[in-house]
Parts: sequence; structure tokens; C-alpha cells
Amino acid sequence: MNSRRVVITGIGLVTPLGIGVEKVWSSLIEKKSGIKRISAFDPSGFESQVGGEIESLLMKDYVPKAYRKSTKIMARDIEIAVAAAYEAVKDAGLITKCLIDRGETEEESNIDPTRFGANIGAGLICADLTELAGALYTAVDGRGRFDIHKWGNEGMNNLTPLWLLKFLPNMLSCHVTIVHDAQAPSNTITCAEASSHLAIGEAFRIIARGAADICICGGAESKMNPMGLLRQQMLSRLSKRNQDPAGACRPFDVNRDGTVISEGGGLFILEELEQARARGANIYGELVGFGASSNTHSWSEPHPEGQGIALAIGKALDDAGISADAVDMIATFGSGVVEQDLSESRGIRAVFGDRTTRIPAIAVKGSMGNNGAGSGAIDLAVAAMCVKNNRIVPALNVNDVDPECGLNIVVGEPVEAEVSTVVSTGYALGGGQNAALVIKRMED
Amino acid sequence: MERKRVVVTGMGWITPLGDDVETVWQRLLKGDSGIVPTTIFDASTFPTIFSAEVKSFELAKYLGPDTQRYKDSSRNTRFALGAAKVAWDDAGLTTCNDHDTTRVGVYLGGGEGPIDFDNFVAAAVSGWDAEAKNGMGDLDARKWVEVAAERLQVITEFEQDPNMAAGHIACLFNAQGPTFNTLTACAASTQAIGEATNLIRRGDADIIISGGTHSMLHPLGVTGFNRLTALSTRNDSYQTASRPFDQTRDGFVLGEGAGIVILEEYEHAKRRGAKCLAEMVGYGSTADAFRVTDMHDQGRGCIAAMQQALEDAGLKPGDIDYISAHGTSTEENDKIESLAIGEVFGEAASKVPISSIKSMMGHLIAAAGVVELIICVLAIRDGIVPPTMNYNSPDPNCPLDYVPNQARKVDVRRALSNSFGFGGQNNTLIVVRMDD
Repeated sequence: MNSRRVVITGIGLVTPLGIGVEKVWSSLIEKKSGIKRISAFDPSGFESQVGGEIESLLMKDYVPKAYRKSTKIMARDIEIAVAAAYEAVKDAGLITKCLIDRGETEEESNIDPTRFGANIGAGLICADLTELAGALYTAVDGRGRFDIHKWGNEGMNNLTPLWLLKFLPNMLSCHVTIVHDAQAPSNTITCAEASSHLAIGEAFRIIARGAADICICGGAESKMNPMGLLRQQMLSRLSKRNQDPAGACRPFDVNRDGTVISEGGGLFILEELEQARARGANIYGELVGFGASSNTHSWSEPHPEGQGIALAIGKALDDAGISADAVDMIATFGSGVVEQDLSESRGIRAVFGDRTTRIPAIAVKGSMGNNGAGSGAIDLAVAAMCVKNNRIVPALNVNDVDPECGLNIVVGEPVEAEVSTVVSTGYALGGGQNAALVIKRMED
Repeated sequence: MERKRVVVTGMGWITPLGDDVETVWQRLLKGDSGIVPTTIFDASTFPTIFSAEVKSFELAKYLGPDTQRYKDSSRNTRFALGAAKVAWDDAGLTTCNDHDTTRVGVYLGGGEGPIDFDNFVAAAVSGWDAEAKNGMGDLDARKWVEVAAERLQVITEFEQDPNMAAGHIACLFNAQGPTFNTLTACAASTQAIGEATNLIRRGDADIIISGGTHSMLHPLGVTGFNRLTALSTRNDSYQTASRPFDQTRDGFVLGEGAGIVILEEYEHAKRRGAKCLAEMVGYGSTADAFRVTDMHDQGRGCIAAMQQALEDAGLKPGDIDYISAHGTSTEENDKIESLAIGEVFGEAASKVPISSIKSMMGHLIAAAGVVELIICVLAIRDGIVPPTMNYNSPDPNCPLDYVPNQARKVDVRRALSNSFGFGGQNNTLIVVRMDD
């Protein structure tokens, strides 16, 4: 079994810092923040009242006209994935069914749909509380209490027949595969914040083993709803810096006090190298290493020494066949949660040793919060842009790196530097899954 | 790079027909039904009042004193831990000390955990402002959170995350290797086993604890499926409600449970003297890319998944001795699955015995595929295949041999198992007798 080489030929981003990889990149260069007081609902009863919101997402821009009706059964998470897919496909110069049906091109498709796969990470999609609460309310009895008999008899009929399909995590992948006609292996990884890394890693393996030639992969999630916010609050993961939204999420900073909720996602087009070359695709870089591990210390707390993170990075470097010395930038996960950042830093230190304080590192969540299952893809996308531009974007809110963390987070102004080999780390804030990816500048 | 061989060295399940592998297997061969009036919640006015519930499950039976740690865990987690312990013991790993824990992974098709319904509803109802928006009503997030923050419990919420069962299993067995959870609806555990097989083939792990777990037996789960009109509503004869491939079928029966298989690299298993129950040789995975509500009308994705699996295994359709069908008992699935088998198998289609155990234990959703794969391994071991029960009226759209109502002795050397998920994610596995 010859392992085939896999390259990144397209990136689609949908984030609080904008839509499209170039837009997000320029926002990061300009040090914009996507974090504001929450406006999607009234946050005043919550401990944390700030977050990252995507400004506008018009679904008709991302699907063929005949598919517009189906956008009504898309939870926010699915909308983000469908928009990111469109962006990624366009960026890669793929001519898919979507673009043809939208009339954007006269050309024929340049891919074989039976060799085009999808692997999209998803979170636990929250039911639309307004829709569900309204329906449940129709089944309250005279004393204002919910009556399950009434619900079974008539109340449930207030939900649209396709209600369940809005919230199945595999619907991100399903809608994307339908819209773009991707018929090869299709998967949905649901490992919280580690989902994107695992999905991209698996897509990398799928192409390498020859089960597909192209995969659209990454992840998307929105926690920007009352249930999503409350769950994170209950887990004590959130910053309470409500007076200073833009300064609330402070990865690795000595004054960090938690992460902030957000919504967003990123999808990559991964492609087998020879095919990408044959069609003259623009290549961001090569995906050369993937490693995954589990933190068996606890399913709810990070390992104090970052053992699982170190193991995942080590495996990814072995997979890439490179030593830690070859790495010239680290794309951290950097959630801003006190213990999680410490654990991640120690895991990184276990691999990179003394170089940990010197290798430049990025931490983008200060600018756009925690995008859940979409986080890892966004981190890796920014890393790929750093490789492409030989430029490292500064992190926001890292005024004083926690000496216990001891990372060289780039702050202030963008730094021009040779960035050719990057490690990106990802982990689930709960559940214990860790993963790392290694990308390299394309060499012949 | 040489592709490594992957074998099954342990199996365990928690099902509506029981938890012991041998007992459940015998019940399936006898055609027993695990379908009962729903008791987990009051479904008496729902369109469907029955389901395949897991009865009298006690985690302590498997974990002993360790159980206390999981007292607030979800049904998904608890089922998965029980099944995993049985499988781990079965594989002889409890007494094995020389495996590299960094090379033991977990790959589950774990569903989202059941919602904390009573508390969720209490908050939703309290938060609803019926007067808002000119009487249309709206959620008052401030009122909602007052009640929700008071009533919802952190562990119950956390346990709804689909990756939790995989995380608990990794902790229990100190499995520090690659850990994934997939949730491709009804295809999830088949997909998990297929991808886990490929991780081992490539050398990314020596052992993977794989399979799935799911319980959607809560009011919103049943509501969702009832609204889709996917469930049988044969309330007057629930034990015969699941009728895969029968002309009178009217939907599936929702079940719950978990299944776990220990997948292991062949040389690793041999070295430690493990018994090899069967070998994983084929996996196919496709997307219909058609509609979220319907399967492709010509079975395009199902056909391609079976073809990929055969190609991966280096086998021809005529080599397959048994098909464990997805066979949900819905009008659409059974028709399209039969069509697809006909297309892939050609002349061999009418000769291969096909059965659906969903006729007896309902549809375990994310956990369905692994349970059906275990059936294949047992069929290979014992030379007998379970029946499709409640099959009385042949459907011209389903013209194949569904092993109606009675188990049949068949020398099964190679078996194929199908799982097709809502939204068009299709997966097929092929498992063969060792030394074949």
C-alpha cells in the first residue's frame, strides 16, 4: 500500500471575524476582535455575556436555487458548514454541482463525484430553544404545568415533521455532500473541540489509502444560543469579563479567566498531490502528519502535565517523519481556560523542551472565541495562511504570558518570518480526545 | 507499506434481548422479541407507545465497586461501559499486561446522550413568554436561565456530548491511543468499526475498542421519529411491529443499547495468544449525496458501499454467504436495500441468505451496526443465521431470501453487514472466518 501525498488546495472560513479565508486573515492582521456583548439573545441573566457572532449569513448565497427550501431545516451549525463548504470549493477552484446549478460557470465539473469525500466535525447541536419551547408550551395544563399526555396527543404536532433532521450532527456532512455532489466516504466526527483535527486527520488517511482523491473536511459549530451558553457556564469554562468583551478571552495570559462562546467553522479541500498538480491547483501546503490520543487521567479535567497532548504531537511528528527541531511555528488551541491552557503548554513543552519559549506560536481565540467543533479547522487555516505568507499573526489580549505556560505567543504586530513547518494542536475541553496535525510548505 | 491484518478478539453487548452474548444469540435464533410497551417515560398518548428497551441493566454487574463513579452518567455511557468490559474480558485483555497503552485506541459510534427531559421542559415552559410578539410568544432568555441554571445538572448536560462514552472507555481501560467518535446516525458504529480497522491496518494502533452506543428512548427522541413518521404505529401488536422486508411493514421500532468489539492487529493478537474470532477484511463508505429526507431512489450510495467493501476484501459477490441487512422495516429502506443487493450481487442475490435482527430487537440507531456485525461473527462461528421475524407477506419490491421466521443452518465463511444512515451515509463491512 503506497501512501499517497495529500495537499491543501482550498480553505473556507465562516467566523465572527468574517467570511472567507482572506477576510479572516486581514482581520487578524489588523488585530480586529470578533467578540462583543451577545446580541443573538438577551444574555443579561448569564454569568458570561460576551461572545463571537457571525454577522450575516444569507444561505441563498451558498446553495443552488432549487435547494433554498432545504436551508429551512438547517440548524445554525449546518448553515455555517454549508457556507464554509461553498467558500472552500471556490477557493480551491473546484467546479462542483453547486456552482454549476447556481449558474456560476459554463464549464463542466473538474472532479469525479465518486472520488470526492467529506469528513466534517460537529458538536452536540442544540435544538432551537425558541421553536421547541413554543411547541412545548402548547402542552401545558390549566395549572401551567407540562402535560406529557397532551404533548403526545397534539402538542408534538406543533413541530415541523422534519424537526429532528435540523439537529442531527451528520446533517453538516449530508447537506454539504448533497449540495456539492460528494459521494465518496463521508463521516461526521463528534469529539467536541477535537472534532476538526480528527476529521481532517481521518480525511488525510482516507486520501492516502486511496479511498478518495479529494475530501472536504474540517468542522463547524455554534454555541451561540442560551443552551450552549448555559452549558459552558455550568462547566465553569467562561470568562466573566463582561465589561471588556474584546479583552475577555486571553489565551495563556497570566490574567486569563476563561474562554468565550462563539460560532464558526472551517472546511478544507484536501487533495491527492498528483491530481492537484494535474489540474494546476493552488497549493497552500502539504499535510504531512497526524496523531491522536486520549487523556485517560479524567474525562472532565485536563491532564495536569498535558500527557495526551504531548502524545498526540509526538505521534504527528513521527507520522511526518520529522523531529521537533524542524517545527518553526505552533498553532495552539489556546482556549483561555486557566487549567486547559496550562495543560496544553506543558504538553507542548514535553515535546519541544527548551525551544518551547522560542518557537513562535499563534493563539487566535483571543480574537474570535471558542468555535467548538469548528475551532481546530480555523486554527489550522490560520496556520496555513502563515505558511503561505511567511507571516505570523499576533494574538490579542496576551499582554503578559503566564510564566507557567512559557510559550512564545506572537503579540503586538504581525511578524515576518520563515514559516515552513507548523504543528497545530487540538483537544476536547471535556471527554479527553487530543489530536495534532503537521503541515509543511509545498516542496517538490 | 504492508497493510496489516485486523481480527476481532472480543465482543460484548447490552441489548433489549439481554446482555450476555450467548443468551442473546440463542434468543435471536429462537425468534424472541425484545419489543415492549415503553416504560422509560409515559408514551401512552404518543403515536407509538412501544419500543425495544434494555431491561434490568445494572452497571455494577460489570464494574463492581467502580460503578459509583458513573452514577450520574447517561444511559449511553453506562451501556457502553458494560459492553466494553465484557468485550475487554472476552479478549483476555484484563489479564494482559504487555500491551502498549499508547497504542490502544477507541473508536465509537456514540449517540448524543438522552436529554434531561423533565428539567429541560420545566425551564422551557417557564421561559416562554406567551404574550410577546403580539401573542405569537417568544423565549425570554432571562426567565429561562433562572430556572434552567437552577434545575439542570452539570453532569447530565455534559453527558449529552456524543464523545463522552468514548472518553469514559478510554479512562477505564487506560486506552491512550487514537480516540474518535462518529455520529453518522444509523450507520455510526459500522463506520466506526470500518475506520478503526483502517487505523490498525495502517499501524496507527494495535488494539481499538470499537462499536457504538445509543439511547434515543426519551420523549424528544420518540417525538422526532414520530414526526418523521419513521416509526411503526402498530400499537395493538407491538411484538410483530418490526417487519423488515414484509409488505405490511409500517416503520421501524426504536431500540437502545450498545455493542463493542475489540479489534486487534493479527500478529499482536497471535503474540499474546488471544483467540481470533473472525477477520475484518472489507469496508466501504459512501454518501448518497441525494436528499436529506430520502435514500437515493436507485440505491446509488448503498450499491457503491457494498462494491467498495467487496473490492477492499478482494472478494466477489458470490463469495458472500450471509448478509446482515440494515433492514429497518421502513417502506423505503427495505425496498432500496433489496434493490441495491440485487444490483451488486446479480445472480447471486437470490442465493444469499439475508436477515434483519431489527425484527426482534428494534433499531439501536448508532449502536445498530456493531450489534449486527457481532451477529455475523456468531453466524460464522456456529454455522447458523438468525431469522427475519414477522415476515408473512412477501413484497414484490423485496424479492430476496430473507430467512423468514426461522433460523437456518448455513456454513457462513464470509458475511457482509450493511448500515445506512439518515441523510445518506452508507457503510458496509465484510468479516470472514479465520484461516479463510
